[in-house]
Amino acid sequence: MTKSDDHAPVDRSRRRLLAAAGLGGAALAGPAVLTRPALAQAAGPLVPESMLQQGEPILSPPYGVPSRFEEDVVRRATDLTPTALSSWSFTPLQDLHGIITPNGLFYERHHNGVPAIDPDAHRLMLHGLVERPLVFTMNDLMRFPAVSVIHFLECSGNSLSEYASPAASVQTSHGLVSCVEWTGVRLSTLLDEAGVRPEGKWVLAEGADGAGMTRSVPIEKALDDALIAFGQNGEMLRPEQGYPVRLMLPGYEGNMSIKWLRRLKVAERPFMTREETSKYTDLMPDGTSRQFTFTMQAKSVITRPAAGGTIAGGPGPLEISGVAWSGAGRVRRVDVTVDGGRSWQQAQLDGEPLPKAMTRFRLPWRWDGAPTVIASRVTDETGYVQPTREALLEARGTNYVYHYNAIAPWKIGANGEVTNAYAAQS
Amino acid sequence: MPMPRKASRAVAFAALAGLAAPVAVMAQSDAPAPAGPAARTAPIGLGERPSEELLRAWNIDISPDGENLPQGSGSVSEGETIFAQSCAVCHGADGTGGPMDRLAGGKGTLDTDDPVKTVGSYWPYATTLYDYVHRAMPFDNPQSLTADEVYAVTAYVLHLNELVPQDAVMDAQSLPQVEMPNRDAFEQMDTVTLPEAEACMSDCQPFDVDMQAATPSEIEEEQVQ
Repeated sequence: MTKSDDHAPVDRSRRRLLAAAGLGGAALAGPAVLTRPALAQAAGPLVPESMLQQGEPILSPPYGVPSRFEEDVVRRATDLTPTALSSWSFTPLQDLHGIITPNGLFYERHHNGVPAIDPDAHRLMLHGLVERPLVFTMNDLMRFPAVSVIHFLECSGNSLSEYASPAASVQTSHGLVSCVEWTGVRLSTLLDEAGVRPEGKWVLAEGADGAGMTRSVPIEKALDDALIAFGQNGEMLRPEQGYPVRLMLPGYEGNMSIKWLRRLKVAERPFMTREETSKYTDLMPDGTSRQFTFTMQAKSVITRPAAGGTIAGGPGPLEISGVAWSGAGRVRRVDVTVDGGRSWQQAQLDGEPLPKAMTRFRLPWRWDGAPTVIASRVTDETGYVQPTREALLEARGTNYVYHYNAIAPWKIGANGEVTNAYAAQS
Repeated sequence: MPMPRKASRAVAFAALAGLAAPVAVMAQSDAPAPAGPAARTAPIGLGERPSEELLRAWNIDISPDGENLPQGSGSVSEGETIFAQSCAVCHGADGTGGPMDRLAGGKGTLDTDDPVKTVGSYWPYATTLYDYVHRAMPFDNPQSLTADEVYAVTAYVLHLNELVPQDAVMDAQSLPQVEMPNRDAFEQMDTVTLPEAEACMSDCQPFDVDMQAATPSEIEEEQVQ
């Protein structure tokens, strides 16, 4: 194809014909194109236009992108941070189906931007209280036995707005959670390779970004289900998620799953990094703080219909649907209320819930057009029941910042508009 | 071809493992051999031993007891100059302004409705300040400060919080000894489960929200009319 073909406003069908001819398909494409005007007339005005012409050829483009009609389905940034380099963007939960987050919509939280790392130059060092300090190339890492597992990852600050100033949409109130299939090597495999000394109780994980992001991980977690991940939904990690390799700690607060992982150091005690002392610690009303609150507890939210949207088409039958997850294990059940919390009914779950992964729930409903409030409530396999906002605030106050996991009631107005029930009254 | 190289490495590590395994088993003598995470499997033989040079260059973390703090030193007054040049644009001249994190003040605010978490009011370890400034600051030029400069900035920020005197000098000995006021206010625990809740199914306490309140667009329409 010539340069002028790329830029000049050319007739689309002619372009397509040229493309087909380029593949040696002139004989096939020729007759179809030549007879199209006649067919169009014969078909009449009720036949969709897409049936009356040829579509785009293969490799349009080589790496596929969503339909142009989905251009509003994007991550959206917080307006709370003074810089976009240490900031976050939200997954559009309201537009997603099932439990897997597409890689381009995975939420972001970076502490000094996204580094561009050449995988051939990247190294992962493992040292400290080990018998054999080691440094791995990406090639080394990808020769170890690997595993693919589906897990959610949630920022510990997801829903922080809900403590004091509830957000307007489900994307901004709950969009710091995503769920993908991760592929990588068990951290225990690497630790075995190096031989952890008995006194080694904590592992420092350090990123190769401009923030040199660091967290201490208990050895029990490191030897349990921690993953050194390089794959994300079947392809290599996206740069925003730690390309070429990251730590993935299933069920733990997101910032501990250090991205762009370059170093693991085994020690007797936690390292007390900035990100586990001055940040990501939970302030109680009495001025004391909780530290090393790792697990993201059970949480659920209705994503359709959801705050920030409307019930298109007005009253009538529709499906209430959403996602539930627990850092402690599997989702056991999800209940849904359509009357402001007075009564609840059990929702259907899509298939068998996976541990520390999202589960999709569904409940058929007929909206009669009256204003009401709907919400979901998850119970996980440990028996833990998702708390109400009242109970959570009673236990923690409003300065806690992190780990907000309360029930999220959405208010449906008579006009079908859906809002955050707590935001609507404040 | 990488294969022969990998294979010889595997042999080398297998020899190492033969020496290392009994040590690990002995250390966990109450468990029958070869139990215990340290001795679960023989090495596969991937990865290389890092050079001492690489270890030194990458081993940058600073422990609360001061382990790994480098040689060098810096004073409050030296820190004031560096802070004005490299830090004040984000944190204000005295650590209480600018668009980024507030570094000084906040004393006595943690149990109020408007807590101000600063190095002085919140950070439990002075060593963390060295670690963080060295690895991540200045924001637009990380790891550009020398050890002396990091000690100096650390001294200045501690002084802004009235934790060290005007004539203080920070080094590997003095920094771990700085007493941080909020040091003992942290309780280490995994996420706390709230009081046992039951999943009520009928005749439950409704949410504390106004179900009949007008929606934002309804309010907007009323205002237009």
